[in-house]
Amino acid sequence: MASALINVPKKAKRGEIIEIKTLMSHIMETGYRRTATGELVPRDIITSFACRYNGVEIFRADLFPAIAANPFLSFFTVATESGKFDFEWIGDKGFTETASATISVE
Amino acid sequence: MRFVCTIALAAMLAAMRVAAGFVIPPLAATEIPPAERRSGYSFMTPDTKAIQDDDTANPGMLWVLDGEALWKRKSGTSDKACADCHDDAQASMKGVAARYPAFDRELGRPVNLEQRINLCRTRHQQATPLSYESRDLLALSAFVARQSRGVAITAGTDPQLEPFVAKGRAFFMRRQGQLNLGCTNCHNDNWNRHLAGSAVTQALPTGYPIYRLEWQSLGSLQRRLRNCMTGMRTQLYDYGAPELVELELYLMSRAHDMPIETPAVRP
Repeated sequence: MASALINVPKKAKRGEIIEIKTLMSHIMETGYRRTATGELVPRDIITSFACRYNGVEIFRADLFPAIAANPFLSFFTVATESGKFDFEWIGDKGFTETASATISVE
Repeated sequence: MRFVCTIALAAMLAAMRVAAGFVIPPLAATEIPPAERRSGYSFMTPDTKAIQDDDTANPGMLWVLDGEALWKRKSGTSDKACADCHDDAQASMKGVAARYPAFDRELGRPVNLEQRINLCRTRHQQATPLSYESRDLLALSAFVARQSRGVAITAGTDPQLEPFVAKGRAFFMRRQGQLNLGCTNCHNDNWNRHLAGSAVTQALPTGYPIYRLEWQSLGSLQRRLRNCMTGMRTQLYDYGAPELVELELYLMSRAHDMPIETPAVRP
């Protein structure tokens, strides 16, 4: 039941700097912890995140074991034209999640 | 070797004396006057407050979203969803969390919100109860409690609950465990101080289930209470134990009239 929370302004003026905030549900198991019997808990993290603005990649991040559960990523871009933001999270154990948001630029 | 042991013992005794200094005032029962009550929120740093204030940054909202989906999902042999009886949670669940734990006539004792959800599952949906601290139970209770955000807490005002509130209060005041501490020693007498760098706070449960940064997860009030009990080195009560529900009830009655913040974020 993984789910994402995305915060993109619905409207912006052309050339305006806008903030994009994303929150993804994920346990981010480091791979360094052990169970009570001493066995290593296998790593299960998100390894990469990317954001495309009308198909063009504007932000990318690699994630590592020290990042907390439910990673929150916030970044800025310039609102150039109306359209769509596509978000993609990729991780261990075949984890892939996508989300999108639209913006109208005046 | 004996010399080293002596030093270690002396250091331990000194540490104990410092610890004792913290608790020496007797059970003065200096209860916090209503006007001086402060939500745990007010003890937090601006950064942590910002996480709670923004619904798109508050990780607790991930559970609320899951809860919303579960609310509409059919479950159990009666093939009914929560929404089939309770309809739109925004209307039907508003204010519910503010009066829980509430008295259950069939059981003759108070039940908390998680137990009420499970009673609904067994009695009306003919479904299996969800286990405590499971993702689904936390999601449903977060979703239900979220509908009461901003509503003033009224739990414990039902006259049938009086003896249970009193039991909860007795628990709160009683010294227990290897450290011989009562809840009141920290949360009534020393709430404006720090313990190992963390604010002690007043133990007013205004935002449960909470997203605790230390847990990196959502958790119930009972999980938090059990954390405190581990710190006091007392025997842990099982999830759902009547003692814990009574304590929850007393804590909620102490927070009378304070607004619900669910899902709150706490360090």
